[in-house]
Amino acid sequence: MKRILMGAGLGMVAALALAAPANAAKTLVYCSEGSPENFNPSLNTTGTSHDVSLPVYNNLVEFDRGTTKVIPALAESWTVSDDGLVYTFALRKGVKFHAVGDFKPTRDFTADDVIFSFERQWKKENPFHKVSGGAYDYFADMSMPDLLKSIEKVDDHTVRFTLNKVEAPFIANLAMPFASIMSAEYADAMLKKNTPEKVDQTPVGTGPFQFVAYQKDAVIRYKAFEQYWGGRQPLDNLVFAITPDAAVRYAKLKAGECHVASYPNPADIPAMKSDPAVTVMEQEGLNVGYVAFNVSKKPFDDVRVRRAVSMAVDKKTIVDAVYQGAGKPAKNPIPPTMWSYNDKVEDYPYDVEKAKKLLADAGLANGFEIDLWAMPVQRPYNPNAKRMAEMIQADLAKVGIKATIKQFEWGEYRKRLQAGEHQFGMLGWTGDNGDPDNFLYTLLGCEAARVGGNNIAKWCNDEFNGLITEAKRTTDQAARTKLYEQAQVIFKEETPWLPMAHSVVYMALSPKVVGYKMDPFGLHPFAGVDMKQ
Amino acid sequence: MLRFILTRASLLIPTFLGVTLLTFLLIRLVPGDPIEVRVGERGISPERLAQFRHELGLDQPLWKQFLDYIGGVLSGDLGTSLVTHNPVLQEFLTLFPATIELAFMAMLFASVVGLPAGIVAAVKRGSWFDHGVMGLSLTGYSMPIFWWGLLLILLFSVNLGWTPVSGRLDLLYYVEPVTGFMLIDTLLVGEYGAFWSALEHLILPTVVLGTIPLAVVARMTRSAMLEVLGEDYIRTARAKGLNSRRVVGLHALRNALIPVVTVIGLQVGTLLGGAILTETIFSWPGVGKWLIESINRRDYPALQGGVLLIASTVMAVNLLVDLLYGVLNPRIRHAR
Repeated sequence: MKRILMGAGLGMVAALALAAPANAAKTLVYCSEGSPENFNPSLNTTGTSHDVSLPVYNNLVEFDRGTTKVIPALAESWTVSDDGLVYTFALRKGVKFHAVGDFKPTRDFTADDVIFSFERQWKKENPFHKVSGGAYDYFADMSMPDLLKSIEKVDDHTVRFTLNKVEAPFIANLAMPFASIMSAEYADAMLKKNTPEKVDQTPVGTGPFQFVAYQKDAVIRYKAFEQYWGGRQPLDNLVFAITPDAAVRYAKLKAGECHVASYPNPADIPAMKSDPAVTVMEQEGLNVGYVAFNVSKKPFDDVRVRRAVSMAVDKKTIVDAVYQGAGKPAKNPIPPTMWSYNDKVEDYPYDVEKAKKLLADAGLANGFEIDLWAMPVQRPYNPNAKRMAEMIQADLAKVGIKATIKQFEWGEYRKRLQAGEHQFGMLGWTGDNGDPDNFLYTLLGCEAARVGGNNIAKWCNDEFNGLITEAKRTTDQAARTKLYEQAQVIFKEETPWLPMAHSVVYMALSPKVVGYKMDPFGLHPFAGVDMKQ
Repeated sequence: MLRFILTRASLLIPTFLGVTLLTFLLIRLVPGDPIEVRVGERGISPERLAQFRHELGLDQPLWKQFLDYIGGVLSGDLGTSLVTHNPVLQEFLTLFPATIELAFMAMLFASVVGLPAGIVAAVKRGSWFDHGVMGLSLTGYSMPIFWWGLLLILLFSVNLGWTPVSGRLDLLYYVEPVTGFMLIDTLLVGEYGAFWSALEHLILPTVVLGTIPLAVVARMTRSAMLEVLGEDYIRTARAKGLNSRRVVGLHALRNALIPVVTVIGLQVGTLLGGAILTETIFSWPGVGKWLIESINRRDYPALQGGVLLIASTVMAVNLLVDLLYGVLNPRIRHAR
């Protein structure tokens, strides 16, 4: 039974803020939307869970704040061999781990910690492999088991990764949450105590904040890590107040009970923008919502029909109605926040007459019937698929196309789309590593066009595939950018999808918060953030 | 008495089995298994899916899964959560005190306000007070909890600043849970500021959760009182010259309480149901919010265990209510 009073200023909550002395501790309260599954990002797939690990951990490389650009972190530098297969990382020296509970680190960060962090996910014989369910979904999704040939410790501060094949996005993968670096010493200590699962519940990392306590479904507390290698944080304390309802998060922000609120209701945005107690930030999410033409089936095997449909749909009106301000019409398969986004590509205009003419050219002047598949669930890239389908249906009727809307249970829906049972099917994607490959190769490459693959347009274009495959094998980013820009031009000409929208992510903050940058991956990082007293 | 308890307890066994089976089947009828829900659109290879299904025992026939589950429950093992990998019982016990604290306060509020209001309304039948109480209670009974909660937050927390918006305790305080009941824990550590803070945080959720039971209790008390007040023995009591307070307070109320207590017992189920919404609005870390999340994530063991434990609580409370009858009215004592 122990009470810890977290410094007088910890309550920046309304009443207390007034009484707090000028030199009081700075505490930022973040109203988050849900509870984490645990504190190990390699086990989790949700943004909510990744958010809680961000303050604690570092990666070898990280995304520069607010961008998808990869910069050095625990690795000070790295070299890639000429054949693109061997990555050698020079590790930062003098990096300290947090001391939490009765664990006190006796050594600095070394190559052993890197090897442990990856081998836990990779090697079945690792004693931690099965701990806490042992589902390393991202490690598997990013094809790490196929990609990795070996990870070796060259010396305490040098690690060498050898790959089975050339894969330029590999370095971006290492900046993803699943590749966070954990303490091997802590893991050993917990294994000896026979409580290995503690590693995932009471996290120990090298990050800017150290974990203090988690009260399930209520509050997560962190404090600034004094010995952080990147310099001590301007904030003293960071608190996550778990608040599942968006309207309540807004109320808490107004009442001064929190300083940053995640996922505001789109309907509240206009009120927030005119509210002096709230600052609203917005950014396109790293996602795309689209409707895929199944090119392996009639009538969408004919590019003229695909173009005609693209012109028959009044995209802007639909996006405004479905996203209610939280979406921007899409023309490319990748979002505008991603490097190599080709803004020169022009979208097909909304032009019913031209669409009719194209259909007539294709011999379909008398109209035809298709099925239009709509997701049964709300997704980050599409808040209301049914409504979108109904509006597309109405637009298509104007050019003589009779579309029948089909829905299945979510798991079944995806399976059937991947099997290519549809003609015109709605889906979307949220980016993982900020690399265009993660959209273009994963969703439009020939390898994914197989039955059961993620390329639900079942579209395999040799020229496009050649470009994205070459980009995968090129490590120079400028060269890759050119290849991807060209690929987007082909995509537009061939139009295997009708790209609909990139959803817009909003953040609501108190004007006291300084230096918050929105994360293109939709996470909520607080490193480097400060508060005006 | 003992025999009565035993008979009643034996009736609980089929109820237990029924609840367990129903929850077990219903959650499996919801499309999408825990693994598919977890992976989303990125999908999962058939081999990995098969491997995880096997590890979780989801590849077994349903009857076998059910028997395994029941076997576990009988030996006191409710399984581990598929999401957090903590034992279900441990998670439940961490969160349940918050729900009990809230439900208890809501019931207390409903009784303390509802009983006198109902009594006075009955005694002053037809007066403006009576009409007022009945009108308000009908309004309260029809109030959508979510809307009501947000309305109170906007008025009292945002505009007037009298109460905190949500949560259980001001973030200034950090009280290590001992009993899990915030009012008790804050007193145990002797931090009175924290105690007040916990009390303040309870006000709005208590009112929101207590509104429907309050309406029910007030209406029930009124109608039960009206019935009793028309009885011969009340007239006799009055004729004997007893003062009105004694007639109403002792002779009438005690007999009128029986249906009221029944209703209060039945309201416990309603309260735990209402707690799900109330907890979500007020970010209250109780079992209601936890169950909703378990459904969304298809966390079978957590949901099954949670429903089973809540059902047991409701059954236990109703058993207690049956026993209370005897205390209130010796003629319904169960011993034979």
